[in-house]
Amino acid sequence: MISFGRLAKKPWIWSWIAAFVVWFATIMVTGGASTLGLSQAALTFAAFSIIVGIGQMFVITLGPGNIDLSVPATMTLAGTVALKLMNVDNSMVVPGLLVAVLIGVAVGVGNYALIKALRIPPIIATLSMSFIVQSAAIWTNRGLRIKPPAVLADFTTSSTLGVPNVALVALGLSLIAWVLLEKSVYGRWISAIGQSMAAARMAGIPVDGARFVTYLFCAVLASVAGYLLACFSGGAALNMGAEYLLMSIAVVVIGGTAVAGGDSNVPGIWGASLFMFLVVSMLNTYGIGAGIRLIMTGLIIISVIMLAGGRRTGMR
Amino acid sequence: MKLRLTSDAMRLLIPALSMTVLLAAVFWLQPRAMSYFGLNLLLNLAVPIALATIAQMLVMAVNDLDLSIGAFVSFVACVTATFLRDAPLIGTLILAGAVGVYALIGVVIYLRNLPSIVVTLGMSFVWAGLAVLMLPAPGGQAPDWVRWLMTVKPPLMPMAIVASIVIAIVAHLIVMRSSLGVLIRGVGGNQRSVERAGWSIIAARAAAYGLAGLFAVAAGIALVGLTTSADANIALRYTLLSIAGVILGGGEFTGGRVSPIGAVIGALTLTLAGSFLSFLRISPDWQIGAQGAILIIVLALRLVFNRVEKRGARP
Repeated sequence: MISFGRLAKKPWIWSWIAAFVVWFATIMVTGGASTLGLSQAALTFAAFSIIVGIGQMFVITLGPGNIDLSVPATMTLAGTVALKLMNVDNSMVVPGLLVAVLIGVAVGVGNYALIKALRIPPIIATLSMSFIVQSAAIWTNRGLRIKPPAVLADFTTSSTLGVPNVALVALGLSLIAWVLLEKSVYGRWISAIGQSMAAARMAGIPVDGARFVTYLFCAVLASVAGYLLACFSGGAALNMGAEYLLMSIAVVVIGGTAVAGGDSNVPGIWGASLFMFLVVSMLNTYGIGAGIRLIMTGLIIISVIMLAGGRRTGMR
Repeated sequence: MKLRLTSDAMRLLIPALSMTVLLAAVFWLQPRAMSYFGLNLLLNLAVPIALATIAQMLVMAVNDLDLSIGAFVSFVACVTATFLRDAPLIGTLILAGAVGVYALIGVVIYLRNLPSIVVTLGMSFVWAGLAVLMLPAPGGQAPDWVRWLMTVKPPLMPMAIVASIVIAIVAHLIVMRSSLGVLIRGVGGNQRSVERAGWSIIAARAAAYGLAGLFAVAAGIALVGLTTSADANIALRYTLLSIAGVILGGGEFTGGRVSPIGAVIGALTLTLAGSFLSFLRISPDWQIGAQGAILIIVLALRLVFNRVEKRGARP
């Protein structure tokens, strides 16, 4: 059982176990009838949290105080503008995606410019930025709900070989993120910065450049998630990013990434995202009302962090 | 001693300055606002925000961050509009229990060495759930005494200003003048040395969180006094507003460097920013964005100011 012992030491294993337990508890109630449907729905909805969560994880890796609060606003703006540009035209799919990514780049540059030039704590910088981005989204949206092009709507709501397409996109992005984090020098850099910025600077790591790229990466992932989510849900809504602020932070932490920074992992994001969706659907299956469901979600987040937490000092 | 006093005063200068400029701009655009009634209308909604900002500031003083304030204030608003009116005793007990939970969270975060962001994030779901259970749809009614308190018209100054001044003084006395306040800020500054000096960190953190809960309860009650009814989502934006208010008022994220008077001024500034824009006839679409822009401008001013100050300090 050496391999199991090694597995149990991985920080991400707990979120996977939790997700599996909840999944099992749900299909037991329904008598196994909805196994496939539930799994597909979980993968689909988790995919959005995964994409956003990976970006947030990179930012959190940078150390205490690093957090991106502009994620929901970026998602909304990217989704709105992209759908408006595409205007139900199938040939505009790629330009739409490019515009969404450009918006992500702009927000990321803006975020880091504020952090660096004004020396504002990242929380406040991204918060101020999100106010502006949210306003821009309200201004462009104007209450109109433009449908996504048919190609994209089909793509985001269908599956390939039984796996939802959005989950495949999330898988692709996760692989890139994993390679970046575990195999590239950039991943080593941001982990080092998260453990000690002063030490990283003395070791000759380009701290500013690495942090800049990280905030850029997070904003771009958020805008891609917004683009996909807007197509998936048949149009952009102004509040469509709202729940992803708390969700993106929650999946990172439940996934076993150290909140103090410097120690991250990609698989945990998957386990945690699946877990968060499955908890909600389990409580729905049991026929529990919205109030109790919220309370249970909160208590579960706190219990997970209490079981997994306390690894490191100096975190917020 | 003299130097420290001036640096504290300096810290307040920018928040005070930005509020004055904003107020002057509002008066210039709309001279009718320069009356008892006009000022009350302008600043009414600042009172609950100011109370929530003080609550956030107390948590930030011990180097933590509370992401559950908005949900908690909504919860309190729901309790106020239902239980506190119909069964005052039960309502009071619920609110006292909620303050107790806040203190408990502060202790748990310390004992288990948990990240406050995540724990309060989880608690925000709990408070929101409880609020939804109590008021699934907007409704309830403010107790008469609360309504009276928020609409009373004292002579000379409108209630909103009187309340803001009282909040600022009370918070200042607690945080800056009492030994408990020094202890709380000490925990934020250097927890280990406070501990070695023989103080109980648990008690200090419980006190900081408990006081924060108390101020947040006051915020919820004041809010219901203004709106007359409640809703489970009534104050969700207070979480971000309160953080912005503390920072605008010269507080910092770490090191226990906070300023209660500044926090109240920060809350007033944020409220004024909204009115200022509607007087400018800027489309309501851009109101949130302009609040963000004002936040950025004030922080930029502070940076410039700090540099000048540093240059002045060097001989």
